[in-house]
Amino acid sequence: MSEAILIVAGLRTHFYTRAGVVKAVDDVSFSVERGQVLGLVGESGSGKSMTGHSLMGLIDPPGRIVAGTITLDGRDLPALSAEEQRQLRGNRIAMIFQDPMMTLNPLLRIDVQMIEAILAHDDVSRATARARVREALVKVGIASPDERLTAYPHQFSGGMRQRVAIAIALLNNPDLIVCDQPTTALDVTVQGQILYQMQKLTRETGTALIWITHDLSVIAGLADRVCVMYAGRIVEEGSCEDVLARPMHPYTQGLLDSVPANNERGTRLKQIPGMTPSLLGLPPGCPFRERCAYTTRECEQTPQMRAIGGSGQAVRCFHPLIPLY
Amino acid sequence: MSTIVPAAVEGATPYAMQSPWRRIVSDFLANPLAVFGLALLALIVAAALLAPVISPQNPYDLAQLDVTHGKLPPGAKAPGGGTFWLGTDDQGRDMLSAIFYGLRISLMVGAVSTILALCIGLAAGVTAAYFGGRIETLVMRIVEIQLSFPAILIALILIAVLGQGTGKVIAALVTIQWAYYARTVRSAALVEKRKEYMEAARCLALSPARIVFRHLLPNCLPPMIVVATVQLAAAIALEATLSFLGLGLPITEPSLGLLIANGYQYLLSGKYWISFFPGVALLLTIVSINLVADQLRDVLNPRLQR
Amino acid sequence: MLVYVIRRSMQSMVVLFVMSLLVFVGVYAIGNPIDILINPQADQMDRERAIAALGLDQPLWQQYFVFVKGALTGDLVRSVVHATSALDLILERMPATMELAIAAMLIAVVFGLPLGLWAGLKPDGIAGRSIMAGSILGFSLPTFWVGLMLIMVFSVMLGWLPSNGRGPTTLLFGLIPVSFLSWEGLRHLVMPATNLALFKLALLIRLTRAGTRESLLQNYVKFARAKGLRNSRIIGVHVLRNIMIPIVTVIGLEFGSVIAFATVTESVFAWPGMGKLLIDSINLLDRPVIVSYLLVIVTIFILINLAVDVLYSALDPRVRLTDARG
Ligand SMILES: Nc1ncnc2c1ncn2[C@@H]1O[C@H](COP(=O)(O)OP(=O)(O)OP(=O)(O)O)[C@@H](O)[C@H]1O
Ligand code: SF4
Ligand SMILES: [Mg+2]
Repeated sequence: MSEAILIVAGLRTHFYTRAGVVKAVDDVSFSVERGQVLGLVGESGSGKSMTGHSLMGLIDPPGRIVAGTITLDGRDLPALSAEEQRQLRGNRIAMIFQDPMMTLNPLLRIDVQMIEAILAHDDVSRATARARVREALVKVGIASPDERLTAYPHQFSGGMRQRVAIAIALLNNPDLIVCDQPTTALDVTVQGQILYQMQKLTRETGTALIWITHDLSVIAGLADRVCVMYAGRIVEEGSCEDVLARPMHPYTQGLLDSVPANNERGTRLKQIPGMTPSLLGLPPGCPFRERCAYTTRECEQTPQMRAIGGSGQAVRCFHPLIPLY
Repeated sequence: MSTIVPAAVEGATPYAMQSPWRRIVSDFLANPLAVFGLALLALIVAAALLAPVISPQNPYDLAQLDVTHGKLPPGAKAPGGGTFWLGTDDQGRDMLSAIFYGLRISLMVGAVSTILALCIGLAAGVTAAYFGGRIETLVMRIVEIQLSFPAILIALILIAVLGQGTGKVIAALVTIQWAYYARTVRSAALVEKRKEYMEAARCLALSPARIVFRHLLPNCLPPMIVVATVQLAAAIALEATLSFLGLGLPITEPSLGLLIANGYQYLLSGKYWISFFPGVALLLTIVSINLVADQLRDVLNPRLQR
Repeated sequence: MLVYVIRRSMQSMVVLFVMSLLVFVGVYAIGNPIDILINPQADQMDRERAIAALGLDQPLWQQYFVFVKGALTGDLVRSVVHATSALDLILERMPATMELAIAAMLIAVVFGLPLGLWAGLKPDGIAGRSIMAGSILGFSLPTFWVGLMLIMVFSVMLGWLPSNGRGPTTLLFGLIPVSFLSWEGLRHLVMPATNLALFKLALLIRLTRAGTRESLLQNYVKFARAKGLRNSRIIGVHVLRNIMIPIVTVIGLEFGSVIAFATVTESVFAWPGMGKLLIDSINLLDRPVIVSYLLVIVTIFILINLAVDVLYSALDPRVRLTDARG
């Protein structure tokens, strides 16, 4: 199975605010194969969520996809009509959001919110839909689904709500699920359970995942490939092992150094100096250069993505950290 | 601010770096409707202030009135060679002049009551927020109960108890309004109180007065301005309503509401102008204030700032 | 749920008690109750009798009970002008005011909700902007003047609608006199009801618009879109459900304000309701009627608040369940 289910090429999503143009997603390209898990990593504000929203067609004004193609199973999503996009949303491509407290409508019962997700795409009877809903809840590890179905979201814990959201995403057996930091708001044990379950489910169904996170340690056990985002661009891409073991971009290196497990006990945790730059009116050149230890004059030009070595690792940097083999 | 200014936008001050007041002014001016409202309001205030100068006639100098010219329609020729642009009332009074003078009274009553209520409400709100405890509970209970009753009802009851007269109308308007300010100040103050700098100010053992004047008040200001604008319009409308019902200002202080009431009896016989034009003046006044208030609410609301 | 309703009713009783105390204090402590409650033209004998009846010669707490008993039984005080029980006078006028207020509220809801929803969904469109501009106008138009203008246009110039009164009334359920059941009555009702509705219409438009905009930004709407729901369902179910809560609350609370503002509209259109009665009484210094009106309106307000709270808990599962548990 090496057929790409999703190919994103040259995606640019810009927000036209009164203060100026925010280039939240700026020339992003990647692809995901069937059943594969792609990790999308980066600091807060680097444009991960907006990339995910762009895939879903959920960018609202003042934002707009200004360039690029998003090809899902052979169809370019932004070129489709609004109704065609709707038919794919939640059906072929689904999304789970960060905050489980806010994604479910507080005033509607769980069964209403789940059944409507099926009826929006399939012309089936309510009873059939209900049966599918029960099945999905069992799949994500919710015991006694019948009882749970008639409850309201506020009667659920955070972990339970996120499970419901995942069940909703799974309802129509999508080709791809965009998971936007679905476990960040949960405590560590629940996080582990959910990760494990997601992994298992996608193996079984062949659903591909895009897993958005800040946390490289989550990616390590889960993803096949990793894209590292910085200031709206992908700065490094490669297989999970390669990127984590041999980061080539100074920013990826910095991210890895700031993971506690990668530091020796007793030494001070390393941090990337400085702050994420504002995406508003970003000057040309490498956006990382204010914080980079390797910067030279050349970095005032804008680096392009280039492949290094033969393993499919690529990096957007003039001075990649080439490991000595 | 230590962020690096990108070369491309150097020179022109970036939007985010303007001083807050300049930003508010520029945001305000961005809405043409609001600018129109402000200009209209300025015009109305000017007309009211300059009434004795610009009025064709002194409408309350009985020597200038002639009942034989009563109830003339708009555009009728005046005996002195002028024109009654908006017609005359039953006394032969030029409506345009009466409206200028009426505006003066309406605006005066509205402004005085708004300012008085603002001061009282501010004092009550700050007191409640600053002392907390019993005092706060008491003040806020009163505010709550009062705000749960419609303004008109409170006004009618007060007038019924106090009797009529300009001072009493103003007293009624103040009684109604102070609660809005008290509530606004107190909630703004509560937010400020939780912020760290207040903690810092207290640690530095700054005097209470200093804390209130240097920290609390400046931060209560934006919501207060909005409430005051809205309340000014409400006060003018309420005064007009009371006067129309015959429960407001005395006949010696002919505000717009009284002018409208005076025309009521002639309305059914088709002499619309005696009621119509003072009403238009009243409407324009209130609309212009509300337009300004609406935009102020948007530009002063930090949550809506993009 | 039942427990909740009962507990809320108890709270209302407490508020009612406090308010009656306030009115009592207002009448007895601040004013002179003899002036306020007794006909100034009464002769000495009448006065003595009234003073004894009102218990004015007894200690203050006993006077309060006499006052409450009088208020409850309706023979608290007699109207100076009408020489009947003031409470009866008010109750007799109440159906007219209620009919007017309900009709106005209906007009405001029927037009305000869709317009506000539209303006909230398309805030930058021409329609959305016009609706908002219109609502500012609605806020700014002085009710009484609009009433005059309506009379001028529809009664004087066009001659379509009657300018005053309630028209013939029909008995609803055999006991409540209403206008809306007959064509002639309806013709009388339309103009005052519209007049009274304008302000609330503007309010509802703004409220619905703000609620819609707020709700569209919520994550659950994003998630509903991510599920691929049709727009009609997102708006009709997810958005509407959430904005209904504040709207129902406000509709309920504003109903009290409509009743209060009916005083103005009733005066303009000579609508024979309790609002017009109040204005007339103030003008004639018929204080007993004013005091009774106050007690009646406070009771109405408290009942409305109670109804709104119960309705609110029915609409919001979060409130419903926490209260059932607690
Ligand atoms: N409506 C908007 N208007 C203007 N700018 C926006 C808007 N929405 C997002 N942005 C900008 O887009 C950039 C990327 O945001 P995004 O939410 O994708 O970040 P993220 O990587 O998901 O961060 P986090 O990890 O905090 O979720 C941010 O800098 C943000 O300022
Ligand atoms: S291009 Fe230059 S500044 Fe940017 S990451 Fe590479 S070395 Fe650092
Ligand atoms: Mg995000």
